[in-house]
Amino acid sequence: MGDASSSEIFATLLMQGFAGLSLFSVLLLMALGLAIIFGQMGVINMAHGEFMAIGAYTTYVMSQFAQEHELLDVYFPFALLAAFIIAGAAGYLMEILLIRHLYKRPLDTLLATWGASLILQQIFRSAFGAREVSPELPEWIMGSMQPAEGIDLPISGLFVLGLSAVVTAGVALMLFKSRWGLGVRAISQNRVIAGAVGIDTKRIDRLTFALGCGLAGVAGAAFTTIASTGPTSGSLYIVDTFLVVVFGGAASILGTIASAFAIGQAQSVLEFLMTGSTAKVLTLVSVVLILMMRPEGLFSAKVRR
Amino acid sequence: MTRLIDLYRRIPAEWRQLAILAALIFLVFPLGLSLFRLNLVGKYLSFAFVALGLVLCWGYGGILSLGQGVFFGMGGYCMAMFLKLEASDPVSTAIQSTPGIPDFMDWNQLTALPWFWEPYHSLAFTLLAILVAPTLLAYLLSLAMFKRRVGGVYFAIITQAVALILSTLIVGQQGYTGGINGITDLKTLMGWDIRTDSAKYVLYFVNAVLLMLCLLASRFILGSKLGLLLVAMRDKEERVRFSGYSVADLKVFIFCVAAMFSAIGGAMFTLQVGFMSPSFVGIVPSIEMVIFAAVGGRLSLVGAVYGCLLVNYGKTYFSEAFPDLWLILMGSLFIGVVMFFPNGLAGLFASGPIKPFVDFWRWLTTLRHHLPADRSHPINQKG
Repeated sequence: MGDASSSEIFATLLMQGFAGLSLFSVLLLMALGLAIIFGQMGVINMAHGEFMAIGAYTTYVMSQFAQEHELLDVYFPFALLAAFIIAGAAGYLMEILLIRHLYKRPLDTLLATWGASLILQQIFRSAFGAREVSPELPEWIMGSMQPAEGIDLPISGLFVLGLSAVVTAGVALMLFKSRWGLGVRAISQNRVIAGAVGIDTKRIDRLTFALGCGLAGVAGAAFTTIASTGPTSGSLYIVDTFLVVVFGGAASILGTIASAFAIGQAQSVLEFLMTGSTAKVLTLVSVVLILMMRPEGLFSAKVRR
Repeated sequence: MTRLIDLYRRIPAEWRQLAILAALIFLVFPLGLSLFRLNLVGKYLSFAFVALGLVLCWGYGGILSLGQGVFFGMGGYCMAMFLKLEASDPVSTAIQSTPGIPDFMDWNQLTALPWFWEPYHSLAFTLLAILVAPTLLAYLLSLAMFKRRVGGVYFAIITQAVALILSTLIVGQQGYTGGINGITDLKTLMGWDIRTDSAKYVLYFVNAVLLMLCLLASRFILGSKLGLLLVAMRDKEERVRFSGYSVADLKVFIFCVAAMFSAIGGAMFTLQVGFMSPSFVGIVPSIEMVIFAAVGGRLSLVGAVYGCLLVNYGKTYFSEAFPDLWLILMGSLFIGVVMFFPNGLAGLFASGPIKPFVDFWRWLTTLRHHLPADRSHPINQKG
């Protein structure tokens, strides 16, 4: 890049930073649901990626419907809502059938939810075929914005960024201002005492799990603007999402945001400098190394265990 | 005859189970199966090493590792690197632009053997590497985590991340590792052709003997004071710590043993199957290995071997006959084992086959409690 002018370098840097930002927003959207579930119940939901896929497929089905009835311009917000509701309902069902029997055995939940994810993957494959699908997107989300000469920002990236900001703010608001949030915070500090003072821990668990899965559905719906969806695309990002949650420190929204930002930026910067797989390996290795030195994550909750 | 039965009854149950397994592996399979099938069983049994390790560290130590494929793969790759170097002597690779290096390196425009491949010309180094390298990695990983008292779900996630890292690395660095295809076309071990029928028989028995040795070693560990401490630690970690034992050292030790077993299994896999690829390293194979141990019974050494045979046979059979059903079956297996028979097949034998049904009934009835109450029933009418 010896002869590139400084403004070109600046534009490249800006676009690279923006690529990191959109990776950050996707990671954040995916990790939020997982983080509240993990923070409150200590359960890692291995099927989280499949709940994302539920959201993505819901969007796909809605777009098919919208195309038939010429509603393409307006359907997307409804698709987001539907993705939230359907994934949330599926999560609610899974909590009743599986998770609540295993709260005392967190390692077994890992295996059982993995089993659920395999079953869901096969269901997707049977219902939608093994090939990847993408929904028909509305006009306004395609294309790009050029705030200045040489700078090209995709609208879909901006949209996901905005969405993740709204969703994160919403979750934070609910955690700190609602009755449910009060329950969640009490339970993650001390489950037994929370139950003793009259908080219905089982109900809160169920709601939290459903909400977390619903958030995964929203993430999946938002993800369709960036990439196509296949039966196994949920599992592609799942380890990164786990790492975001663990790296951020359990039960801390701020930690999740910070770690999603760090991992997203690191990966996109490294991807600029070297091949994709090396960048990924380097990012993961550094996360694992940092975690080995600081296992409680970036922002650890000061909770007595 | 009655005397014989009497004698049989006097042998402790554990040795009896071991003897039955040995008879199955050393007599029934070799005599009853064709060479093709026997080779397949040998492949399954190489996974049994991993399952044994998981019984030790997960069942008894309470440490769930979702990255045992890493150690299996390291053992397998070490072996494969040695065999590949032997298979790529300058004479048989004369058509390459750089003779004397493995074919996939030539395809990737490498002109010299990378430095870390050099020591694998020596069999002694290779054997040492198979045993030491995975154990060392396991040591470093677990030491850092357990010294800081981090375990449980965190440890599982970290090991899973390591599995992702290693498989991504192998796939990405095609020129050095053979990429997604892995290291293939392995031919001879010190001039001995491993593809012949007689070699397959010999390797099967070597594998079986090694597996028995690992079984005995595990038996010994569990029977010693260390085994007792392990169980104590799994059930009440704090108490063991307060009694003055170093819990971290115990965990590190058992995790290293599990890693070393897995590596032996990986090396035997490479020898018997004739190749090694990243599809035995990543997240999915690693977690499948956990289900081998879970189906057999996470607390039973012998059970783990049976679990391996059963699940792998099921996989071979179902993924050929009903490819669509296999994933659903595998998923249900994960859920069913965890929910209804957490101690696997071995638990089924120990507690009677009735227990899972009782659990299933309980599950059903709690489900019914959960559904909205029947308002028409007098007991539910308020006032």
